[in-house]
Amino acid sequence: MSAQDLVARAQKWSKEQPWRLFGSQIFILVRNEVRRNLFTRRRIWIYLLALIPVLIILTHVIFDRSNTDQAQIENDTQVLAGIVQLYYLRLGIFFACMAIFTWLFRGEMVERTLHYQFLVPVRREILVVGKFLAGVAVTIALFETAVVACVFLMYSRFGSAGKSYVLDGPGLGQLGSYLLVTALACLGYGAVFLALSVLFKNPIIPGVVIMGWEAIAPIFPAWAQRLSVTFYLKHLCPVSLPIRGPLAIFTIVAEPVSPLIAVLGLLCLTIATLALSCFLIHRMEITYTAE
Amino acid sequence: MTPAARQIVFENVSKFYGEVLGVNKVSFSLAPGITSLVGPNGSGKTTLMNLLTGLIRPSQGAIYVLGLTPQQPIEFFRQVGYCTQFDSFPPGTTGYDFIYWPLRLHGFGRDQAAKLTNEALERAGMAQVARRKVAGYSKGMRQRIRLAQAIAHHPSVLVLDEPLNGLDPMARAESIALFEAIAKQGMHVIISSHILEEVDRISDRVVLMSSGYVVAEGQIREVRKEVHDHPMQILVRCSNAARLAAAAFELDHVVEAKILNDGHGVLVRTRDPEQFYLLLNKIVSGGLVEVDAVAPADDDVNSIYQYLIGSDGGPA
Repeated sequence: MSAQDLVARAQKWSKEQPWRLFGSQIFILVRNEVRRNLFTRRRIWIYLLALIPVLIILTHVIFDRSNTDQAQIENDTQVLAGIVQLYYLRLGIFFACMAIFTWLFRGEMVERTLHYQFLVPVRREILVVGKFLAGVAVTIALFETAVVACVFLMYSRFGSAGKSYVLDGPGLGQLGSYLLVTALACLGYGAVFLALSVLFKNPIIPGVVIMGWEAIAPIFPAWAQRLSVTFYLKHLCPVSLPIRGPLAIFTIVAEPVSPLIAVLGLLCLTIATLALSCFLIHRMEITYTAE
Repeated sequence: MTPAARQIVFENVSKFYGEVLGVNKVSFSLAPGITSLVGPNGSGKTTLMNLLTGLIRPSQGAIYVLGLTPQQPIEFFRQVGYCTQFDSFPPGTTGYDFIYWPLRLHGFGRDQAAKLTNEALERAGMAQVARRKVAGYSKGMRQRIRLAQAIAHHPSVLVLDEPLNGLDPMARAESIALFEAIAKQGMHVIISSHILEEVDRISDRVVLMSSGYVVAEGQIREVRKEVHDHPMQILVRCSNAARLAAAAFELDHVVEAKILNDGHGVLVRTRDPEQFYLLLNKIVSGGLVEVDAVAPADDDVNSIYQYLIGSDGGPA
């Protein structure tokens, strides 16, 4: 089959798809998922996970109001980088995504409600995309708000110097990078945990394995490192942390890649993992008794 | 539309859960009307319904519903409604939302979905409590709200797993009337139930199942005729029971003729009911016996069920 035939077939296939229906179905799935599962009381610990650094910085602002010289801005910038790179990317977003994305399908199996999703005229790929986007919307909203709050609190206590650092200095660029990294982390971890929840009955143990893998990936060859989410995120972090000793493994960049490649690489990893979820969900059967 | 495109077809379908048999080598095709799946616990009724609606996939064989398969979900689930036995609901949902949002996923606009939701709620008798959370519903209400969801989009094939469970007699009668009305519109209604009397009354055909196998399938009376091991029982209410019993005994195919306790009738067991009816005509036209009523005594689902499966049709 020639390339022209393939293109013609792809165009024909594309024209035959009810894209508008898919769009409205995804919108409804996102809306339902967010309302039903994500903004509920049992998710309070996830909100706390996002807000802990905000509360710590707030305490710091209240009790350390006097120390506002220029050098302290540089120190606080390092602290902020540590919060984002070591806490949010390694722990906060990781565990929040584990809780939210593994529950999207596995939770419905446990609650014995997944059959309702399988008995409506919605393609299972659309179901995966809808649920994934719902999880992404919630985690991004939550963690980006937290990151913005951290940046605001961290620099606001410096008054005009802090304002100048953010608006005229590198602060705004750093904030943009942190927001990008946070969003990509939610996408990457979200896709991985969604796939794990479809693949395993109990995704917690594989989740712990993934956590270990994300930590030790830097000591593996370059091709293997590309299978970890943090490999791409590290290249996008604007401030390098001066960490030495064993903990340096979390920040070391063994083989630098351009930011564009890092973004595209993570998006490709996300799409490939989502494609795996779509394949698995097609084969999924409703056998609640086995749960 | 071709006949196959109007039928539900099982082609040599088997389903195994690991090494456990779900259903084995099931082949039949169903025309529109009410079909009842009858069989004891674990006989494979729910497995058959889950296979039909794509909740599970066959280990071998193929299933076509109006020429469609669940691999075409958009077309398939516009035609099919399934009221499962799973008594669970999305947390926090109200009766109204439980029907409205799936309709939106069908592609109906806000107004149309609202209209269909209200219509389904009315038909299921749930309009008054629709805004309450499902978690606060009684078992019968939960059953009816699931039924309302299954019928809301006006499916051509309605699959109902034990739909009368938990319903009070009034709701049960209303539900049966609803199934009959749907079937009269030329649709498929497939019901599994262990309340055999009700199934018997409304079914156009039955599929009798045991241990994962279909042991008989077809119209109830046709299935009864196929059960050769058990002579058919015919009850005749008449004036001169002794005379009729004596005449019946002279026929080779009659294995028993028992005069009723009140003396005003005979219960005949015969291997050839057609011949017996001919004899009865002769006797009546000869004026020897006055017949008040003649009725088959064991061509109902319950009797067939007992003959074929050797059970009294306890909970299925």
